[in-house]
Amino acid sequence: MKITNLVAEKSAALVPMNLQIKAGHLVYKAKRKAGLIKEFPDFVEAPVPDVATLKLEDIDVSNPFLFKQNRWESYFKRLRDECPVHFQKNSPFGPFWSITRYEDIVYVDKHHDLFSAEPFIIIGQTPKELAMEMFIAMDPPKHDVQRQAVQGVVAPKNLKEMEGLIRSRTQDVLDSLPLDKPFDWVEDVSIELTARMLATLLDFPYEQRHKLVYWSDLAGGGAEMTGGSTDSDELFKGIADMAKDFSSLWRDKAAITAAGEERGFDLISLLQSSEATKDLISRPMEFLGNLILLIVGGNDTTRNSMSGGILALNQFPDEFVKLKNDPSQIPNMVSEIIRWQTPLAYMRRIAKEDVELGGQIIKKGDKVVMWYASGNRDERAIEEPDQFKIDRKSARNHLSFGFGVHRCMGNRLAELQLRILWEELLARFDKIEVIGEPERVQSNFVKGYSKMMVKLSAKQ
Amino acid sequence: MGNITFIENDGTQHVVEIEDGKSLMEIAMANGVPGIDADCGGECACGTCHVIVEDKWISSTGSATDEELQMLDLTPERAPTSRLACQVNTSEQMDGLVVHLPEFQM
Ligand code: HEM
Ligand code: FES
Repeated sequence: MKITNLVAEKSAALVPMNLQIKAGHLVYKAKRKAGLIKEFPDFVEAPVPDVATLKLEDIDVSNPFLFKQNRWESYFKRLRDECPVHFQKNSPFGPFWSITRYEDIVYVDKHHDLFSAEPFIIIGQTPKELAMEMFIAMDPPKHDVQRQAVQGVVAPKNLKEMEGLIRSRTQDVLDSLPLDKPFDWVEDVSIELTARMLATLLDFPYEQRHKLVYWSDLAGGGAEMTGGSTDSDELFKGIADMAKDFSSLWRDKAAITAAGEERGFDLISLLQSSEATKDLISRPMEFLGNLILLIVGGNDTTRNSMSGGILALNQFPDEFVKLKNDPSQIPNMVSEIIRWQTPLAYMRRIAKEDVELGGQIIKKGDKVVMWYASGNRDERAIEEPDQFKIDRKSARNHLSFGFGVHRCMGNRLAELQLRILWEELLARFDKIEVIGEPERVQSNFVKGYSKMMVKLSAKQ
Repeated sequence: MGNITFIENDGTQHVVEIEDGKSLMEIAMANGVPGIDADCGGECACGTCHVIVEDKWISSTGSATDEELQMLDLTPERAPTSRLACQVNTSEQMDGLVVHLPEFQM
């Protein structure tokens, strides 16, 4: 009797969350209709010009087609060589600084006292009505409290427990792939494996795991955020849906614990057991923010590393031979894949005071973008950076996970997933052949693939 | 020349020679002591060179600085004498120093 009451009470408190998002959507639509919100124009694809034809001040690396058309390397090389701390005055996202050398990026990432991660870490912005609170976009001390509450879910100890499960799910996926016949690696392997992983971490209904992928893709993809192509109405609907599903997941978990069952080790259970976050459900924007952060954080990134590794070994076939001769290189290669791919191209900061860097004065309040994708190809820090070498020395010294207090919380999980994937691939396949050119994602933030046709040959 | 002992979580000991002026992290890496990743190469920015200094040695190594604590706060294995090995400069006076490695680096 008591338990049911408690649950009923809780659910009453919960109703507002998805309604709140819906209300936000109505406000947004009304404002848009009244002309109070300037509609952010969709990006129209045009061929990206040769960077050598541009004046320095006209170089705009926020162009969401730079990665899609695979023209980014020459752009960032020119900035690194000629103007490593570069100001772009007139981008569609407003003025911003680009930090393009390895050493300068470490400096900015480390100095949260000089460069704030608030309010967003993308070049653009999300609609105000959807402004989630996530610790990736909070400064200490608030950041530290929130991160500590959830980091146990991906702590190495927990991962050790999960390794067997990750492996068997990977084996299932690989065993179902066709042989000697092209298929889309992105859809059938990279997306499928990351969806299974996320469902495990969140203890989300397994058969509905593709919703997690859908929400994550929505959350990272608006034109005014990262130059992507998500429609803002679809975004509102998706987030409202997500609010509903996660509230009921929270409610179910709370009810199970209240009934005296042992608490699980999934993300929601962890949140419910920590003093700082046990009432998180009553702070909807923070609740959703934390969940979105984990879903987005663990989705595109690992997915695109899974695809990127395949592409790298096709572009550097000698390395695949080396790998087959010495599978003990897998862990080192995983770091090299993550460097070479750099799944998240940057993180953005705001200067908290005037800062001199690379001979330029960054003014208080200016946007500062740390281009990890560029730093990871900086010949000043990394030898032959455009080469993919599975046995690269100091392969772990890359920027892809960021540095400082925001350093990627999921880095060990990502490495584990990739290591297992490669161990299982080598056990099964002799040839992994990319057919044709992959299709790349439209975004200035997510550096990844939307389609990559692959043909497998079985090991003899 | 003095020695430093690194003890892995499973009890395995590694005795290495002090190289004056080098950091504890650099000495560990140069001698192939397992369990230190040093992903940021000594910038105090990754937290993957975590060591726990034996109590009686903490006065000679000194305690973690505020900058180190920022990173150390992120690891569940943090102890009162935790340090980031890249931030500890070694000297002959540390002959006999014993440090423990955590089970996992962040
Ligand atoms: C190859 C895969 C991955 C890459 C390249 C990556 C990259 C990043 C980067 C660049 C940051 C920000 C670092 C900074 O600001 O200095 C970050 C933060 C974060 N990542 Fe990852 N990530 C990956 C996988 C994951 C996974 C699997 C998860 C979770 C399941 C995850 C969860 C997070 C979280 C929660 C943060 C915020 C940390 C904070 O602000 O304290 N990431 N990640
Ligand atoms: S090597 Fe990164 S903190 Fe010491």
